[in-house]
Amino acid sequence: MTAPADNVSAYLRSRARWSPLEIAFWVFAFATIWLFPGKYLILKDTAILALFALSLDLILGYAGIISLGQAAFFGFAGYFAGLIAKYGIVTEPVLALILSGLVAAALGFVTSFLVLRGSDLTRLMVTLGVSLMLGEVANRYSDLTGGADGLQGVDIQPVFGRFRFDLYGHNGYVYCLIVLFVCFVLARRIVYSPFGLSLRSVKGNPLRASAIGIPVKWRLVAIYTVSAGFAGIAGGLLTQTTAFCSLDVFSLERSADLLLVLIIGGTGYLYGGLIGAVIYKFLQDWIANLTPQYWQFWIGLVLVALVLIGRDRMQGWIDAVRASLSRLGTRLLPRSAALGGAASDGGAER
Amino acid sequence: MLTILFDGVAYGMLLFVLACGLSVTLGLMNFINLAHGAFAMAGGYCTVILVNRMGVPFALGLPIAFLVTGLIGALFERTLYAHVYARSHLDQVLFTIGLVFMSVAAIDYTMGSSQQFVQIPDALQGQFNVFGIGMGKYRLLIIAVCGLLTVALQIILTHTRFGSRLRAAVDDARVARGLGINVGAVFTVTFAFGSGLAGLGGALGAEILGLDPTFPLKYMIYFLIVVTVGGTSSITGPFLASILLGVADVAGKYYVPKLGAFVIYAIMIAVLIWRPQGLFARSAAR
Repeated sequence: MTAPADNVSAYLRSRARWSPLEIAFWVFAFATIWLFPGKYLILKDTAILALFALSLDLILGYAGIISLGQAAFFGFAGYFAGLIAKYGIVTEPVLALILSGLVAAALGFVTSFLVLRGSDLTRLMVTLGVSLMLGEVANRYSDLTGGADGLQGVDIQPVFGRFRFDLYGHNGYVYCLIVLFVCFVLARRIVYSPFGLSLRSVKGNPLRASAIGIPVKWRLVAIYTVSAGFAGIAGGLLTQTTAFCSLDVFSLERSADLLLVLIIGGTGYLYGGLIGAVIYKFLQDWIANLTPQYWQFWIGLVLVALVLIGRDRMQGWIDAVRASLSRLGTRLLPRSAALGGAASDGGAER
Repeated sequence: MLTILFDGVAYGMLLFVLACGLSVTLGLMNFINLAHGAFAMAGGYCTVILVNRMGVPFALGLPIAFLVTGLIGALFERTLYAHVYARSHLDQVLFTIGLVFMSVAAIDYTMGSSQQFVQIPDALQGQFNVFGIGMGKYRLLIIAVCGLLTVALQIILTHTRFGSRLRAAVDDARVARGLGINVGAVFTVTFAFGSGLAGLGGALGAEILGLDPTFPLKYMIYFLIVVTVGGTSSITGPFLASILLGVADVAGKYYVPKLGAFVIYAIMIAVLIWRPQGLFARSAAR
């Protein structure tokens, strides 16, 4: 082992260590199971949305691919999970979930070759086109998918044969939260690996990245595939916990909302999707209670205001808060000095 | 068969008038304006209010719709859009999607969510029969108006001083600015004109496309297809792309109705894979 290699691996290890702030985040996330017993349904939706946003963050925040078509994978896997449960092909939910993730990843791999061409606009159109096409196909084969009425009669077996999805959504929420956590750990492992580092360099400057020997195209294909898999797991979760799947999983609104979620939370540090999902869901719930019909207006206003104020400026505020929090953490736990910094340098986006 | 072709051409012409403003915006300022359909919707609703509620004749309602939407466009361009030009594509997408959401909810609030119809004068209803081809009078009018507009646009672009400034600015905004062309002003005028055209298209198309608050979302995809397939470097590219799209969509809905819009999405993806810069782009200039 040469010295530089040691330095690099030490650097990667120090970046990848869990900071106290992150641990606190997850402790709190799991504490919600006992803290808010009446809110399981919205919490469950939030967890699914968070996982979905995490999948977009992987390609947008780490590889710089703008996509309006994550809903394609979400919906495809959603229908897949529904169909295999309905026809009793795979009845164990965990296994079915993994399968739907794999199926979505396969679709992601195939479509990645279409996406990785052309400019931002071409990408937007192709990703959007793919998800709309899948929506049309699902509508076309209505004898299989139920068409506009949605896929009904999905019977989900208990998880591991023991934990049945109950009416109050308790088991459903715990299930979603555990899946979210597992996927998050996986995603975290990916982005802090040398592979994740190379993705960042591709995002920064593809030309230079390829000059230092990074196979740009294959790295993008790989992360696109992984991200599609995550989106698929989120879609599978939605079908499994609601025992229903409808055509709106493919809609443009779903992908556009997803972008909004990620922008609220911030891109490129993994927690953005999670925090954004929490803010978005509760904002939506609150506004929808005030004006049930016109909540879209306020969502639009938030988007416009976000852009006009400037995401960089808001990122600055978030970084300031995070820096002061990590200073606090350092004072409490002197050993973890560098770690808050490790989590926050993902924040310097664009 | 020929009737389908005729309907498709009328539909395509309409799409062209709706989308050509967008193609100039995109080509000139490299700005992705997803809210273009909102201007078309504004034109449509403007005509509905004028013609149905205030009794303005249809022929007068169309130019007023053009002017009103053009003014709205200029206003928005100066106050809001001008701040977002220099931002990343992601910011532009978010900003304009936000505008779309707001316009949808605002129209829903003020006009109700049901579909609106413009009262067309009796003289324009019914069909001609020429060599056994049924041609709707209204569609014929659309083809005539849109055809004239296209020719006028082409003449403005190629034979006037403003047109040459615009083309210079599209080709290379920086050099154009260096030559003393006020690119910002050219762009405001073009944006307003493009929005006005979209408004006119919305007014004309209310009968064929249907007009309800979700209009901008429903047709945004069509406009973007026209622009991405046609390329942004000329008027003819988007024009041919719109005709192609119109015919393909009408034929697709006639022959394979169950597939719906699948046909055009498939065509779009195929074209974009084949020519990522658009079907009629001169070359990969940018």
